[in-house]
Amino acid sequence: MRGTFLARLGKLWLACILFFLYAPILVMAFMSFNASQYYQLPFEFSLKWYEKLAGNSEIIDAATRSVGIALVTTLIATILGTAASVALFRFEFRGKRFLQIMLFPPIAIPWLITGTAMLIFFFGVGLGRGTPSVIIGHVALALPYVIVVVSARLATFDATLEEAARSLGADSWTVTRRVTLPWISSGIIAGALFAFAVSFDQFVVSYFLSEPGDSTLPVLIYTSIRKGFTPEINAVSTIIIVISMAVMLIAARFSNFGGER
Amino acid sequence: MAEVSVQNITKSFGALKALDNITMEFPDGGFFALLGPSGSGKTTLLRAIAGFIFTDIGTIRIGEESVENIPVERRDIGMMFQNYALFPNMTVADNVGFGLRVRKVGAVEEKRRIGEALELVRLNQHGDRKPHQLSGGQRQRVALARAIVTNPRVLLLDEPLSALDKALRVDMQFELKRIQREIGITTIFVTHDQEEALTLSDKIGILRDGKMVQAGPPREVYNNPADLFAAEFLGEANILTGIVSDGADIKIPQTAAPNSTLAVRPESITISKDEPTGEAISKCKAVLERRVFAGAMATCVLKSHGRTIKVISRDQDIPQNVSEGEDLWLNWPVETTLIVPEV
Repeated sequence: MRGTFLARLGKLWLACILFFLYAPILVMAFMSFNASQYYQLPFEFSLKWYEKLAGNSEIIDAATRSVGIALVTTLIATILGTAASVALFRFEFRGKRFLQIMLFPPIAIPWLITGTAMLIFFFGVGLGRGTPSVIIGHVALALPYVIVVVSARLATFDATLEEAARSLGADSWTVTRRVTLPWISSGIIAGALFAFAVSFDQFVVSYFLSEPGDSTLPVLIYTSIRKGFTPEINAVSTIIIVISMAVMLIAARFSNFGGER
Repeated sequence: MAEVSVQNITKSFGALKALDNITMEFPDGGFFALLGPSGSGKTTLLRAIAGFIFTDIGTIRIGEESVENIPVERRDIGMMFQNYALFPNMTVADNVGFGLRVRKVGAVEEKRRIGEALELVRLNQHGDRKPHQLSGGQRQRVALARAIVTNPRVLLLDEPLSALDKALRVDMQFELKRIQREIGITTIFVTHDQEEALTLSDKIGILRDGKMVQAGPPREVYNNPADLFAAEFLGEANILTGIVSDGADIKIPQTAAPNSTLAVRPESITISKDEPTGEAISKCKAVLERRVFAGAMATCVLKSHGRTIKVISRDQDIPQNVSEGEDLWLNWPVETTLIVPEV
C-alpha cells in the first residue's frame, strides 16, 4: 500500500516538474501558430508569423551568423578539448591537477561576469568587439564542456591498449588514430554537440562582445523584445528550441547519460 | 629471433630503486621466467626490456643491437599483457593483423600471415568475431597470435595466465610451450606463480626488492638456492637451524660453508613411528600437529623445538594409525639437505 502510494506521489512530482519545465515553451510554440498578434483566443491556425519571419532579412542574417559562429566554435573547441583531454589522460606533468581544477570554474562563474571580464580584456588587448571576439569567447565557454565529456569517456579507456599498439610498432599518431580516437569517438561527438549548444544558445557573452548591427540571433531577439513584442519572436524561438533540443538529445544519447552501453 | 642480454641496469622512481644493478642473459630460443613477489621489480624489468621504461644506467641488448634508447615501437618485440589488451573495436583478424598493417606488408601477405597465426593458436574459425564474443582462453590465444604474427625478435609475456582458472591455466601452459617450441622464439615471461615458472622455463630469474637474487635453470635454483629467500620462494623449505637434542642427528653435508643455513624440502622427508636407522640420513623427532589429506598426496605439519616442519608425501607412505599430538620420527637423505649461504 505504502509503496504504491509513494510511487504515485513520485510520478505526480515528476509530472509537475515536466509541466513547469515545458508548459511555457509549449504555450509559446502554440502561439507562434496563432493568427492573432495579441494572443487572443480562440486559436486560429496560421503560418503567417513564420512567413513574416522568412521575409525578415535581419533575423535571417542573425540566424545565419549564429549558426556559423556555433559551427566554428564547435570545430575549434572540439579539437582543442579532445587534444587537451588526451594529453591530460596520457601524460603526467607538474601542475596537471591544478590545470584540471582550473577548467571547471568557467562552468560555474556567471556568464554575466565572464562576459564583462572578456569585454574589458578584449578592449584591453585591442581586439574590441566583433565576431572574432565572440568566437574566442564562445570557445572559452564551450571548452570545459568538451573536456569534461571527452575525459569522462577516456576514464573508461584501458591505457594498456595504447601500450599494446605501441608494442606492435605503432607510432604515437597511429596509436591515437587507430586505438584511442575510435574508443572516445562517442564522447567527442557528444562534446561537439554540447559545444554547439553552448555557442548557439549563448546570449550574455554574445551580447557583450558582438558589435551592434552584427548580432547573433539570441541578441537580436532580446533587442527586438525591447522594441515591442511580435509573434515573429515566438516563431524564431520555436525554431531555436527545436534545433537545440534535437542537438541536446543527440548529445545525451552519445554521452551515455541514460547509462546505456 | 635473438638473444637478449641485460647488463647492470638500474632504474629509480624517485627514492625507490625499482631495478638495482640487474644482470641476466637470455640465450636465443629459450623460455625464461622472471619470478618474484609483487613489488620485486619483475614487471619493471620486463617493461624495461620492452621499452616502456628507459633505464637510468646499464645496457640492454636484443640480438646485436643496444636498445636502451630505442622506444618500444621500434624495438621489434611482441608483448602479451595480463588483461590481453585486445582492441575492442576490431575483429579478431584485425587485432592479429594490427602489427602487420603498421608495417605495411600488403593485403595479401597480411591475410596469409593472419591465417597462419590463427591456425597456430587454433582459432582459425574465429577471425570475424569481436573480442567480447570470446572466452577468456580464446582471448588469450588471440593476444598471443597478435604478439607473434610480426615475427618479433623476442616475446614478452606479463603474467599471461593469471586471469585464467586453474584447469585452463594448465592447458594454456602446455599450449604456450608448444607454440614457443614450434616457432623457436626467445620468450621472457613474468609470473608470481612458482609452479608455472618451474614447469615452463629453461631458466628462472628470482627478483626481490629490485635485485636479482638468483638466475639459473629451475632444477639448479631449486636444489641450490642462493639464499633463504630463494629457498622459500621457489618451493617450500623447512629451516633446520635450532633443531637439537632428543636424539636428533642432523648431518651437515661436507660441501657446506661454515655460515650456511641448512634446510630441507617438504617432499624429501619421510615420516616413521620408530627411530629410523641408516648412515646417510639425518633425523629428528617431531610432534604431529595436522595431517591434511588431498587425494594422492598428503601434507603433514609437525613441530620440532618450536619450529614448524612441513612434509609432503604420498598418503600411503605416512603411517596410517597416527593421531595428532603423537611423537614421530622424521628422516631425510643427507644429500637432499639444502645448503643456503648466509647473505
